[in-house]
Amino acid sequence: MTESVSLKYETNVAVGIDAGNLSMNHIIQVRELSKSFNGTTRAVDGISFEVYEGEIFGFLGPNGAGKTTTISMLTTLLRPTSGSATICGFDILKEPNEVRKRIGVVPQEYTADEDLTGYENIMFCADLYGIPRRISRERAAELLQLVELESAKDRKVETYSGGMRRRLELACGLINHPQVLFLDEPTLGLDVQTRAAVWQYIRRLKDEYGMTLFLTTHYLEEADSLCDRIAIIDHGKIVRIGSPKELKDSLGGDIIELGIQENDKEEDPTLLILGVEHVKEVKRVGPAEYRIKSELGEVTAPMIIHRLISNGYHVSKISLMRPTLDQVYLELTGKSIREENGDQTQFRRQRATLRRARS
Amino acid sequence: MSDVSGLPEDMKKAYGTASSTPSAEPSPHSRSAIIDSSPWHGLWALTNRELKKWYKNPVILLLSLIQPVLWLGLFGKAMNFNAIFTDGAFSIPGLDIPKEVINQLGNMLMLNVFGTSDYFSFLAVGMLSFIVIFTAMFSGMSIVWDRRLGTLNKVMSTPVARGSIVMSKILSSVIRSIVQAAIILVLAVLFGLSTTGITPLGVLGTFTSLALLSFGFSSIFLMLALRSTNQNTQMAIVNLLNLPLLFGSNALFPAGFMPEWLQAFVKVNPISYATDIGRQLLLGAGGMASLAFDFAYLAAFAAAFSAIGIVLSWRFLTK
Repeated sequence: MTESVSLKYETNVAVGIDAGNLSMNHIIQVRELSKSFNGTTRAVDGISFEVYEGEIFGFLGPNGAGKTTTISMLTTLLRPTSGSATICGFDILKEPNEVRKRIGVVPQEYTADEDLTGYENIMFCADLYGIPRRISRERAAELLQLVELESAKDRKVETYSGGMRRRLELACGLINHPQVLFLDEPTLGLDVQTRAAVWQYIRRLKDEYGMTLFLTTHYLEEADSLCDRIAIIDHGKIVRIGSPKELKDSLGGDIIELGIQENDKEEDPTLLILGVEHVKEVKRVGPAEYRIKSELGEVTAPMIIHRLISNGYHVSKISLMRPTLDQVYLELTGKSIREENGDQTQFRRQRATLRRARS
Repeated sequence: MSDVSGLPEDMKKAYGTASSTPSAEPSPHSRSAIIDSSPWHGLWALTNRELKKWYKNPVILLLSLIQPVLWLGLFGKAMNFNAIFTDGAFSIPGLDIPKEVINQLGNMLMLNVFGTSDYFSFLAVGMLSFIVIFTAMFSGMSIVWDRRLGTLNKVMSTPVARGSIVMSKILSSVIRSIVQAAIILVLAVLFGLSTTGITPLGVLGTFTSLALLSFGFSSIFLMLALRSTNQNTQMAIVNLLNLPLLFGSNALFPAGFMPEWLQAFVKVNPISYATDIGRQLLLGAGGMASLAFDFAYLAAFAAAFSAIGIVLSWRFLTK
């Protein structure tokens, strides 16, 4: 450990990262990272962000937005066209092997060997990291227990269900006790129950081991319920970054819809409502129907009703809508259906993954 | 779910160190302390994975043996040159040539042309090279599959040396070739390969030459597949090179009677040298070149192409 730590410091000095960024809790630092394919298509276009140690960081975006390209660069599989990134203080281009030792990768595909047993697959992964047998046997047993595959460990992987395969991939990704675990679409093609189980493992890794998790997904509810922070990426650029709450708040708060029977004076109640604290916007959307945008809707709504009643209005109905990540997402990435970006390999892999998940 | 609480302390400790400051006490369980950083770690694991797929699936092994066996049976036995030239197979009208003379002439003819009086033995040694080439040609396919299934990416995200990834494919191909060639040799003996000149040292030398041949050709075909994502391209390449490589060597026919241009190709084709070693050591046949030259040529071929393969893998495995 001492050796790697001293290395770490040398790296930081050599790369010339300024003191402000040296803060140890930035476990991943990405600076202006870009990747072009065939010189033209910019799959990732100058993105910059940090991931804090111990958080679950989600990369959210439509198909072909650049999620997998980014994860491939961070896991040293793809060379960036320009820009840089460090993981645990190591540069992904200059010291890829130091990065590889410290990360775990759970790819989108099922990469386990079908002809081998679950246990053999885990041991294979351990050998790739050069972990001595004495230790890897112990770890394999622990991890099989963690992902609840102990009873199936001596069965060939071809007999596994999609969920079991995903769990096996997870165990393989953890065999080197990584500091950062990358998960590419961890629940693609899984049914609701299995998806919930995978979420549970992911949360446990964070809570019990303080592991940093970087995951990509296009399931909004997954990002919302799992991630501490989310980056929404589209057309190779990060369009918004923040906690799920911050993102939702960025929409301007809750929507309160009121049915108001106007009083005898036939005064427009808009000004009256605008006077209530937290109310941001009032719109008359129909006869006796008003849509109010407000923060803290559950507190504000009773206050509005109270004020209306005490001014002689009669409130006939109310509905309160919290903003969802879906709304944020659609607002930021647009509603048009995406043309597939012609990435055949990606498509083929996803199809293969789905097929095996359902087998 | 409660079973995690039973996880040994060291797992938690290992993760604990991740969040500590760099000045923290080094933990005996920390990652760097237990990771083997020798450049060749994982090489055997990768090779073994390839081999397991092969020996756990005996059907593939059997199928791969059928073709050379068919060649041996159909070509080696049907082209019965001995019978053509001996035992009264021909006579010249008006001349009463004794049978012994014809047989004598026939044998001399065979020895002159094939270096052995028996074409089956001649071809059997050629088939040893044939199975090596065939196995090597398909070694590139496995890397294309690994790329398609995502296994290659998985392996490349670990600290395994890029060279080990390619080397493991080469090694597994070499081991498979040797085993298959050994089976072919045994079958050939059962079918009537003359065993009079076979010595343990001769067999050892022959298989060394086959290993070198396999090393070189496996490297070439892996290099062709390094960036490929399409196994059809690989198949096309294999089909394209298959026959020219085989017929452009002395594996099926002696080079001496070929046209000049083909002889020139036979002389650079490494298959010729491996076959030449086999014929000299197993059949005691006169060679195309000296044993020393044959071995030197094959060793240079194997070393050069495996080195190029490793260098290219550093450069081209990562896109």
